[in-house]
Order: sequence, then structure tokens, then C-alpha cells
Amino acid sequence: MQTSDHILQAIRIEKEFPGTKALDKVDFHLRRGEVHALLGENGAGKSTLIKCLTGAYHRDGGTILLDGEEVDPRDTFDAQKLGIGTVYQEVNLLPNLTVAENLFLGRQPRRFGMVDARAMNRQARDLLADYELDLDVTRDLASYSVAIQQVVAIARAVDLSGKVLILDEPTASLDAHEVAMLFRIVRRLRARGLGIVFVTHFLEQVYEISDRITVLRNGQLVGTRETTDLERRELIAMMIGRELAAEIHAPRPEAVQGPMRYRFRNYGSKGHISPFDLDVRAGEVVGMAGLLGSGRTETAELLFGACRADSGQAEIDGRPVELPSPRAAIRHRFGFCPEDRKIAGIVGDLSVRENIVLALQARRGWTRPISRAEQNRLVDHYIRALDIRTADREKPIRLLSGGNQQKVILARWLATEPELLILDEPTRGIDVGAHAEIVKLIEALREKGMSLVVISSEIEELVAYSTRVIVLRDRAHVAELDGHRITAHQIVEAIAATNDRRAS
Amino acid sequence: MISDVRLYLNRLLPQLIALCVIVAAVSLVFPGFLSLEIQNGRLYGSLVDILNRGAPVVLLAIGMTVVIATKGIDLSVGAVMAICGATAAASITSGHSLAATLLITLCVGVLCGIWNGLLVAVLDIQPIIATLVLMVAGRGIAQLITEGAILTFNDPGLIFVGSGSFAGLPMPVVIWLVFGALVAALVRRTALGMLIEAIGINRRASTLSGVLTPVLLVAAYVLSGVCAAIAGIIAAADIRGADANNAGLWLELDAILAVVVGGTSLLGGRFSIAASVLGAIIIQAINTGILLSGFPPEFNLIIKAGIIVFILVLQAPRFRTAFAFLVPARGARKPTERAAK
Repeated sequence: MQTSDHILQAIRIEKEFPGTKALDKVDFHLRRGEVHALLGENGAGKSTLIKCLTGAYHRDGGTILLDGEEVDPRDTFDAQKLGIGTVYQEVNLLPNLTVAENLFLGRQPRRFGMVDARAMNRQARDLLADYELDLDVTRDLASYSVAIQQVVAIARAVDLSGKVLILDEPTASLDAHEVAMLFRIVRRLRARGLGIVFVTHFLEQVYEISDRITVLRNGQLVGTRETTDLERRELIAMMIGRELAAEIHAPRPEAVQGPMRYRFRNYGSKGHISPFDLDVRAGEVVGMAGLLGSGRTETAELLFGACRADSGQAEIDGRPVELPSPRAAIRHRFGFCPEDRKIAGIVGDLSVRENIVLALQARRGWTRPISRAEQNRLVDHYIRALDIRTADREKPIRLLSGGNQQKVILARWLATEPELLILDEPTRGIDVGAHAEIVKLIEALREKGMSLVVISSEIEELVAYSTRVIVLRDRAHVAELDGHRITAHQIVEAIAATNDRRAS
Repeated sequence: MISDVRLYLNRLLPQLIALCVIVAAVSLVFPGFLSLEIQNGRLYGSLVDILNRGAPVVLLAIGMTVVIATKGIDLSVGAVMAICGATAAASITSGHSLAATLLITLCVGVLCGIWNGLLVAVLDIQPIIATLVLMVAGRGIAQLITEGAILTFNDPGLIFVGSGSFAGLPMPVVIWLVFGALVAALVRRTALGMLIEAIGINRRASTLSGVLTPVLLVAAYVLSGVCAAIAGIIAAADIRGADANNAGLWLELDAILAVVVGGTSLLGGRFSIAASVLGAIIIQAINTGILLSGFPPEFNLIIKAGIIVFILVLQAPRFRTAFAFLVPARGARKPTERAAK
């Protein structure tokens, strides 16, 4: 019964990366003729799951059943042959070849050993007719819009595979009209009995097209539900986690008494984040909550000068300041741990020691090197204070686990003795132990009187350490919660509230 | 302190071994190879000749090392040599003093470096393309300066730079020894070296940590330009004339090869000036050695190519993982060496 109903079943899939468990016994069942939305915040394990299904990663454990039979795709070609096709956000076709060549690449119809271009073009036209597209198939793919390219990619994937179609954020760069066209095609494929997996961050689209929803968080399955039975608010709670949250939040009177230090008025940058007002006191942790793409990271980069503000003023202790670059921000004793550790945080081949002294050395200037003895003293201090697990201080940082890398980046900033520390997802992708230590460190720094701005997708974590929480939606600050109002429930409500501003 | 010295020697070990092997091999074929003699207070011999002939590539390699450490490359150094050689010749023949000539030429080298640096750091053009511009245009500029002819000069002061001697050593050798030591001290006694390596490994992370990325990038290309200017002066002084078409021709490739032989990765990051200098000397030792050994000079390029392939294979990750078992063996050997001493 199950086998006839489900076209694809993934049972207890496990995948481990050094330092993190990317997928922890995740189940995923895809029915014939359904659109199944796969949701979760960044790092939840969506793409890892998809890569395990398509053979791009080799899973460490679990079974994949396709049409009731156990399969083990070794690579994406293998998965394609078995019947699992994937279309990615960036179309993975060749823009400099014609539409027909793209559709039949690697399997062109032949005549006397040569490619039969006429037959290929005819077949390509027939194939695309099913997708309500009447294109000149002899033109280069690049001459068509991304939406059309997307459909061509879908046509190729369905033609090659024909059982399961995985769409990985297909609508990210499409306008409303193009999305409607894409959805018409998706519905038609659903009617043909394909199982379609739909990955996206746009919740409206999920409700518009999907039949069922599966939510992942931190590499674990949160649940699979019928779309019609799942309220929007409940869905968001599933995505960002609430059940662990302490609903009662103890107010921290001592924190609010700190003097006002940082004042941003009408601060914004076109195309990144709408102008916002933000005040940060000494000894205060301002939490930033919101879904992915809501403008959290943009706010952090703007505050740190990594992205230039084009409106508004910044004041420190009542004096106006300019923050045109990270250097300027560092001069005013700001520190910033970026979201993507690998791309923007660690300097992989340099040692733990060099990574820790980097920001301090950069501030002192190259002509005043920190002596090796002083470096060693500083680094040993932070290795001990933050319990950084490393064989010795000369070990290249890329060999450390995620949590220890994060502690080194924190040490880099603590060494500069910052007064405002901006942390963007400080606990993402690190193991539970390091997670707890970093949360404790945030508390300790606040008690010492430092000002912190912390961005996190983990609501319960924000509730635990924030003295104030700013909620962001659609690249704007939309709500501010403080004192007793900081509860997971309130935060989720604020995130989920439909935005009036966008409608106008 | 002692462990630092050992670490340093460890880093240079492959290059030192390669150089010794080459010198030993050549001296077997050509017995007079190792002999040194002093005439008129100056050292003569094949080994000195290698150091002397290798001067331009050594100088280019010093600048190239720093540029490559920033994850860049400077293809224009050969052409900048031609420009600067032409500038020096034109300046001295039009009656400027030696000091003024040297100053003008170095300034031209700095300007070339600023041009490359701005293209890379401010306009964010890929270094290989950005420096290709000056590589192509540079010889044209040099020809404009020499007006298409070989511009000869006979100023004794300028000629001394190419063929004079100081403290028993040929001037070019003295120049690169002093200049190399200065640059090495500049990058390692200050924090410059670490900041440059940080930029080469992760430019975004460095910028976010407050490193003055664009300025340091421009500075790296300026250093490369200055190195090319000195090499250009030496090359011109050596032949007592500026040849816009042939001065420094293909030397950018020798300089890149020297850096690679020296073990600095083209992907940027960790670098060693001393290793690159050794790399340049190795290349010159091969050139000179083959000539002295009586092989037809055609072999020169083939053997050079063979060495490139060999060194690239040594650096390939697949090769390294395949022979990873050698590394612990080497670590295990060290204590016995120490005990023997």
C-alpha cells in the first residue's frame, strides 16, 4: 500500500560533516502526483537532504526507496537515470548553446553518426509544446529570460528522469508573472503523476502550490503536514523552533540601567535595508529576529560599515560619527562576527594565533607589529578563557571544528576590546557544547557592560539572552519587544504578522 | 629562537636540496664548475656567474612573491624592465646625472606598479588580465622612449651598476642581496607579511577585520614595479644599452617559475622571499649548468620544463595525499638528527 502510494521514500537518512550532524535520521516521503514543499532556515539540512537524494553527497546511513525499490544513486547522473531530476536556482545549463542542444545534450538524435540537427530541433519543439512554450529552439539559451531557461531546465530534467522532480528555489529570481507561468507548468506535471519537491523561502508560494510540507531544523525532521491543515504561524514556529522556548522571560532590570551609547537615526541603505532607528545601551543585548532574507545580515553589515549607509546618522555617546568602512567602525571599537564563517570570518591557512591577532594588528597598523611574546600571551589567554580546542596555537584554523573556529573569531574581536559587538548567527552550524558556551559568553560580556547586537534564527536562544528583540520582515525593522514581552510566542507572532506596508 | 631557525631551514630544505643536487650534477660533468679565484680583487667562477646572471630574475621573483602572496600575479614585469631600461638610457644620454637617472627610473617603476595595483584593487579586475594590459603595452611604451632603436650609452657610473664589483662581488649580486634582505626584513620585521598573507587567503575576511586591503594590494604591485625597475637598470647597464624589444623578454615567466619552485602557492597566502630567491638561483643554475656541460642549449628549455612538471606534481593535492605517509616518517626522523648533533 505504502509503496504504491509513495514514489520516493527516504528513511532515516544520516549525513555527518566534521563537527556537525547535517542530517540526523531524517524521513521524507513523497507521494505520486503531489507538490511537496521542503522548508527550513539556512543550515537546517534542506540542501544536504536533496544532495543525498540526488547522489551529490554520499549519505552515511538510511535507505532510499524509489517506486518501492531500494536505490543508491552514486552521482547526479545515476540519479537522473533512475528518475530523479533536479533544477537549481541558477540554471545549470549551457547559455552559449541553443535551446535544442541544451535539451538533448549528450543524447542528440544521430544520423550516420552525425548529429541530426533537424530531428533534434523538431523533437525539441514537440517537447516544449507540452510546456506551452513556442520558442525558436535554434537560438542560444542565453537570449531567453531566466524564467524560460528555468522551464527549459525543467523540461530537460523531466524528459530525462520522469519520476521525481526537485526544484531548488526555482522562483528566487522570477517576477510574479513568471512565477504564475512556472506554477502552471508545475501543476500540469503534478497531474501527470510526477512527485515534485519544492524548496523555497517564500511562504506565500508554499501555500499556493504545495500539497504537503516537510520542515527540517538543525538537521532534524520537525514534521510533515498537509498544507491545508497547517496554519502559517504554526509553520513558522516549526521552522524556527518554539517548543523548547521558555515562555516566561525574567526581565533584567540591571541591564536597562546602562547609559545610552549608540544611537542610529533613520539609518538605511537603498536596496539592502529600509531606514531604521536603533538605540543600544551599555550592558545590553539587542536580539534581531526574522526569517532568512528579512534584512538581519544587512542591518549588521550596515552597522559595521561593511555596507555604506545612504541615509540617516549614527551617534556614539551623543557625538555624530561616520562609519563608511569596517576600519572606521573598528576605530570606534566595534566588532563583527559575520554569518558565513568560511567566506567572511576565518583566514583558513593562517594559524589560530594569527587569526586571533589579525584585527588587533590591523588596527595598530603594519608598522607596529605585536611582538611574538605578546601575541603568545594574548592567544594563550583566549585559548584558555574560551576553551578553544586546538593542538597548539600554530595549527591552521581551517583544521578546527566549526565551534572552535567561531570561538577563535570571537577571540579575534575580544582581543580588540570592543565596546559594541555585532554577532551574526554566532551559534550556527556548531555542536551543542560550543553552542552553550557561546551563549554563556554573550551573557558574561553583557554583564561586564559591553553592548551587543546578536542575530539568530534560534528564537529560544534570543529569548534567553536578549534584553530587547527587534523583529525584521521584508528588509525593514517592524517590531520591537522588551521586558516581559520577549517570549518566543510574541516573536513568532511578530514575524508572521502579514505586512501591510508591502501591500500599499 | 633556535626552533624558529630550524623551522626556517625546514621550509627552505627542498630548495636547498634541489640546488645542491644540480650543482653536484653539473660539477661531475664539468670539473671546473666549483672553482673560484680572485683576480683584481674580484671573485670569478661559475658559481659567481650564476649569482650574477640570475640577478634580474632574482629581483623580479622578490616582487612577484609578494604579489602572488596576495593571490595576484604580475605579468607585466618583463615589459616594465624594458620601460625602465629605456628610461634609464634615455635619461643618462640626455645629460641627467646618475643619481637623477636612477631616481627617475625607480619612479617609473613605481608608476607602473600603481597602474597595475589600481586596476586590481580599485577596479577589481582579475590580476592576470589587469597586468596583461601593461605586458602588451609596455614594450610599445619602451619603443616610444628609445624611438625604435637600441639606445646605447657609455656613462661609466651606470655601466658600473651592471658590471662593476663591490667587496669582491659583482654589483648585480650585491644589489639583489641587499635589496632582498631589505624586503625580507620589511615584511617579516613588521606585520606586513602576515597582513599580506591574510589578504591572499581570504580578502573579505581580512577587510572585515579592518585590514587596509586596497592599499596593501597597490603596495604589493608597487614593490613588484620597483623590483622590475632595478632589474631593468641592471639588464641595460650590462649590455650598455636599452633594447626595447628584448630586455626582460619572457622573464615574467621565469620569475613566476622561481616563485613556484620556491614553494609559494599560486593560490596566494604563505610566502617566503628567501625560497623564491633560491628558486631563481636554481633556474639560473640549470641554465648555466647545461651550457657548461656541453649539452646543446636546446636541452635547456626541455629540462626546465621537466623541472616545472616535477615541482607541480609535488604540489598537487592528490600527490600529497598519496604520499602523506612520508610526512610522519620525516617528523620521526628529526629527533634522531637532533640526537646526532
